[in-house]
Amino acid sequence: MGRLKVLSSLVKDSIGAITHGSKKYHIWMAFLTFVMLVGMYCYSIQLEHGLSVTGMTDRVSWGLYISNFTFLVGVAAAAVMLVMPTYVLKDIDFKQAVLIGEGLAVAALIMCLAFVVADMGGPSVLWHMIPGIGVFNFPNSMLTWDVLVLNGYLFLNISIPFYILYERYQGKTPNPKIYIPGALLSVFWAVGIHLVTAFLYQGLQARPFWNNALLGPRFLASAFAAGPALIILILAIIRTFTAFKIEDKTIKKIALVVTIAAQINLIMLISELFKEFYAPTHHSESAYYLFFGLDGKTALLPWIWTSISLNVIATILLTFHKLRNNFKVLFFACFILFVAIWIEKGFGLIVPGFIPGPYGKIAEYTPTNIEIGVTIGIWALGAFVFTILAKTAIGIEIGKLRYKKE
Amino acid sequence: MSDNSKKWFSLNLNSKTKQSTGSCGCGSTTGGCGSHNNTVEVEQKKDGFEQVFDVKMDRRTAFKQLTASLMIGAGAVSTSCSVIAGDETKEKSQIDWEEQFKGNYKLMTDEEKNATVNRLVRSYQIRTGKTLNMSSKNAEEDVLFGYAFNISKCQGYMDCVSACVEENNQDRNSQMQYIRIHEMKDGNGFNFNEADDNYYHEVPAEGHFYMGTQCFHCDNPPCVEVCPVQATWREDDGLVVVDYDWCVGCRYCMAACPYDGRRFNWGKPEVPEEDVNKNQHYLGNRLRKKGVMEKCTFCIQRSRAGKNPACVDACPTGARVFGNLLDPNSTIRWVLENKKVFRLKEDLGTEPKFWYFMD
Repeated sequence: MGRLKVLSSLVKDSIGAITHGSKKYHIWMAFLTFVMLVGMYCYSIQLEHGLSVTGMTDRVSWGLYISNFTFLVGVAAAAVMLVMPTYVLKDIDFKQAVLIGEGLAVAALIMCLAFVVADMGGPSVLWHMIPGIGVFNFPNSMLTWDVLVLNGYLFLNISIPFYILYERYQGKTPNPKIYIPGALLSVFWAVGIHLVTAFLYQGLQARPFWNNALLGPRFLASAFAAGPALIILILAIIRTFTAFKIEDKTIKKIALVVTIAAQINLIMLISELFKEFYAPTHHSESAYYLFFGLDGKTALLPWIWTSISLNVIATILLTFHKLRNNFKVLFFACFILFVAIWIEKGFGLIVPGFIPGPYGKIAEYTPTNIEIGVTIGIWALGAFVFTILAKTAIGIEIGKLRYKKE
Repeated sequence: MSDNSKKWFSLNLNSKTKQSTGSCGCGSTTGGCGSHNNTVEVEQKKDGFEQVFDVKMDRRTAFKQLTASLMIGAGAVSTSCSVIAGDETKEKSQIDWEEQFKGNYKLMTDEEKNATVNRLVRSYQIRTGKTLNMSSKNAEEDVLFGYAFNISKCQGYMDCVSACVEENNQDRNSQMQYIRIHEMKDGNGFNFNEADDNYYHEVPAEGHFYMGTQCFHCDNPPCVEVCPVQATWREDDGLVVVDYDWCVGCRYCMAACPYDGRRFNWGKPEVPEEDVNKNQHYLGNRLRKKGVMEKCTFCIQRSRAGKNPACVDACPTGARVFGNLLDPNSTIRWVLENKKVFRLKEDLGTEPKFWYFMD
């Protein structure tokens, strides 16, 4: 009974915490709610008329939804870059950031699942995919692997922080023997979710653009650049708007992680470009479409060259210690790196896989407004979830929320 | 990995036995083709029905029980929802309920297959007042369907395309077509990149030749592997089919198909009532709904009834040959044995059962 009491008090306190805040906080939440409502309205149109309201066709059958899904799996996986130093290597400097990282992973995973559901033609029969009730084509289909690893990772990233916060809430110290095994597991699991997601594409012999052994490793490198970059930006915001202390040292260490990952990502990009363009084959056509356009069709050109320029600029800025240690430069570099990788690992990866089609047909893809509305709505959902989680976690961490025995 | 169980190409890894060329009935002269029928066994995975009414019951009792409980549930729902509803409305909502929660067709017993077909026929009757004939006929033994396409003969008339659309009740709104005819320039060889699969001019056009593609019913179909819910599979007679009611619409199979063989219902498919082909098969040309995958089934409703697919019968030039690969006297076997045949993208290891040849 004691535990239940603590739990209900925790729920009550956190509801209190998330419904009270400064004016700016309320405006922010109201804004997110509004965007989510717009997204839901767009989704209701899609439910009624089917996926025909999107820009996808039989020629390009995955678009903005799957692109964002792929990218966000990377963001979720990036939490490991904070979890590992904190729990496994026992680096105290990361301690403040790790709960934020895990909260970000939870929000990213919820967005991932929302994007997958939004992409489904028959959301009402999704129970067919639930193991035990439906028919789960495991282990043949990589999509079933993805369902397993994503939900498993979601569970890990909810349960570990919950345990820690639950203990802190009562003023106790969390027992490392309980959460360290979970944290260790989540380190491997994080690599797993992004590799499995890469295998989803990598395993298709029909799409030479994806059927590429570097895809998985490159997913990891770009994820460990984009995810921590986002975490740095979020920490910067939290530092300014809340009483939560995050030291410069912490941000600098995360910046180092971002830098190394961005450098590796760039090396892999060069390797990919070399392979596609030094001795181009029939299979390089998608890459030609992406980087130079094919047959006068050039929809992705501005995007990918923006992405590559931002990527290179950010990596150069990060590489020099002087520039990286200047926080203004660092935040700018993190921001452009995040945008660059969102383009590159999003529709820069998914859309060219379908172009040209199996018989060389070049049909381009442009998302519709409804599709964009749903996408932005899901991002707002993620931001909303994250804000709630972060606000509660920060409240407990700084000791504002504490269990009071009556 | 034993090579005997696989007839398509696989690497002979870590094994001292020599890899035999798979004695595939499809082209080989040996009579060993019959042995392939057992290569794809229906997997004994449990579907919803079995899971719920676990092991101690056999499938049939379980299904009866489930149906009974569903009837009670559906009855309760429909009666409580509307007091004055007519019997037909009640029956319809009951059918809808049972259809929503039925299992995967691939795992159904023959009785269950019959039951769902009857429900679908009855539901159509209630909705439109017209009857249709829907079959749930299973694959016959010693049958493996194959197809050959004569490139020399095809003139690009596209009669096959319109016959296919009419036969298979494809969505008229989006002008969905299973068959694509590629118009290629003489002298450029099979250059799909420069081919036009969407032409609107008089044929045969000077200096061009024509080549049709559709689902090739691969023996090692990548689309089947990737489906997360086993809503698409290879039947024992080699047809790759989709259970439209089990498909969740993720379109992974579409990404996995190297032959552009699959189509998706992006919107609600519409066929004018008077144009509906009422001679249907559950896995074939029955009416689809929005958000599900569909594809060429070699007109399963015709081929399993001993007829040719609609495209074969419609072709005015005789460019299309269809038949049973396991029957040594069939035309398709004659073509495979006497013509220089080839298949598209053989390097992918998909083993299509669709050959091209020239006179």
